[in-house]
Amino acid sequence: MKNSILLTACASVAMMATAALGEVAPGDVVFDDNGGVPVSLTGVPGDPANGQKTMINRKKGNCFACHVVSAMSDVPFHGLVGPSLDGVASRYDEAFIRGILVNAKHTFDGTIMPAMYVPATLPRTMKKFQGTTILSAQEVEDVLSYLETLKE
Amino acid sequence: MKNITLSAVIATGFALVGTAALAEGQPPAEIKPLVIDGINIVAEAQAPSHMDIPAIYSGWEFRAEETQVLQLDDFDNPGMLEVDAAREAFNTVDGAAGKSCASCHEGGPEEFKGLAAVLPRWNPDQNALYTMEDYINYCRTARMQAEAWPWGKTQLNGMVGLLNLQSRGEIRNVAIDGPVADLWQQGHDIYYVKQGQLGMSCSSCHEENYGVRIRAEILSQGQTTGFPVYRLKNAHLNSVENRFKGCMKNMRAEPYKPGGPEFHALELYVASRGNGLGIEGPSVRN
Ligand code: HEC
Ligand code: HEC
Ligand code: HEC
Repeated sequence: MKNSILLTACASVAMMATAALGEVAPGDVVFDDNGGVPVSLTGVPGDPANGQKTMINRKKGNCFACHVVSAMSDVPFHGLVGPSLDGVASRYDEAFIRGILVNAKHTFDGTIMPAMYVPATLPRTMKKFQGTTILSAQEVEDVLSYLETLKE
Repeated sequence: MKNITLSAVIATGFALVGTAALAEGQPPAEIKPLVIDGINIVAEAQAPSHMDIPAIYSGWEFRAEETQVLQLDDFDNPGMLEVDAAREAFNTVDGAAGKSCASCHEGGPEEFKGLAAVLPRWNPDQNALYTMEDYINYCRTARMQAEAWPWGKTQLNGMVGLLNLQSRGEIRNVAIDGPVADLWQQGHDIYYVKQGQLGMSCSSCHEENYGVRIRAEILSQGQTTGFPVYRLKNAHLNSVENRFKGCMKNMRAEPYKPGGPEFHALELYVASRGNGLGIEGPSVRN
């Protein structure tokens, strides 16, 4: 009983590094040998429209600070720090892209791209972000479902 | 046994596929001469030997033309208003000792020509690393018996602007050895450590991605030869260490205190990355 109350409390704080029921917790994500993550983090199919919103939101994915997505050219100012995401789903399989979204620093050693689903523990992390992840598990799945539409 | 080795090799092979070479910055699209009211300012130079990049550039070179032109004439430079106020303050008596800066520095602000180019530096009398702000506030408190001007506010930024202006065109040459060697190393370490929720270092942007567009802005090398900087974004002069604070917040990192020991060490280190560039005096950026 106590436990289930605790779990519900955790689930309501979506951004805390504690997973909701049925979710893979941030620290528990298992990478395959390719650096991919083959299994959905939530088991709930991603929502591409919410994925787009998450990508645009500067407090969430903030993907356009660094990436171009031609299909979303109505979003002002796409940065050029990272490669264009056009056709990304033709370049990589779903598991590999999920791996990039969970922890790009695991896929690309030393990359500037933030790790989106790893609890923040680095030095001087602002108090309000300590232990949190940038995206929730479902937001990762939502973004992934939108990226899967970017085929060449 | 063999199998294990083989799968390890495959895993490593795959890992390498995904390993991106560290990005490198790009020179400004076009290098223009920076001449302010007839004074030529070195805005491109060979990088000091302690750095891993070939050349250093003033942040001015990375700005858009409409921002650049505002700095070419002091009448157009909006930061000069705060400098003019400081010129008045220089001659105004303040504090219990009944003195103005000019009571002792009879040569006027011009006395300080060349000083900005070598700061921050070790002050042997105080046994501390001194920035321009520190010298000014030391004179205010110890010699004028006036209150220290608050860090990052217009009076102090304006006075730093007035004194830095006297070194316009001088080549930055801060010392990094001797009594400051350890502080320089500390600043170096703060510059390169991955920190904050975004897991970035200063070098992620200002060394690996200068010249690259991040959202709407072209990243510069984060040089400090243009400080204090008038930012169109907040419409006043900004101190070096307040700029550091802003960048750390963007990294979702807890900033150090402007004026405190960590940012002083970082200011020294970042200044040394500009050894060879000309001092601009108050500059204009977006
Ligand atoms: C601070 C900049 C930055 C942000 C923010 C960022 N990325 Fe990246 N991303 C990069 C860089 C740089 C790379 C290339 C890897 C490398 O070389 O470091 C990359 C690589 C990728 C790749 C692999 C692309 C390929 O073709 O190899 C994908 C997919 C990706 N990012 C998606 C995203 C998404 C989705 C977001 C937002 C949720 C995002 N990124 C946010 C910088 C960023
Ligand atoms: C009571 C006399 C006095 C007053 C008033 C005074 N100073 Fe000074 N100041 C000194 C002395 C003495 C020194 C140390 C010797 C030197 O370098 O001139 C000094 C040093 C400095 C230095 C460092 C110079 C260097 O080359 O190391 C700066 C900068 C400075 N003063 C700025 C100011 C400013 C700005 C004011 C007004 C806010 C001011 N001072 C008011 C006496 C004074
Ligand atoms: C996410 C990228 C990013 C990181 C990381 C970053 N900065 Fe910046 N910084 C910027 C941007 C954008 C600007 C404004 C455009 C420019 O000059 O690069 C800027 C401007 C500056 C400037 C002003 C340059 C000028 O000419 O006016 C300085 C100095 C600076 N940064 C220092 C730092 C330091 C020190 C750190 C590490 C504590 C740091 N930055 C980390 C993005 C970053």
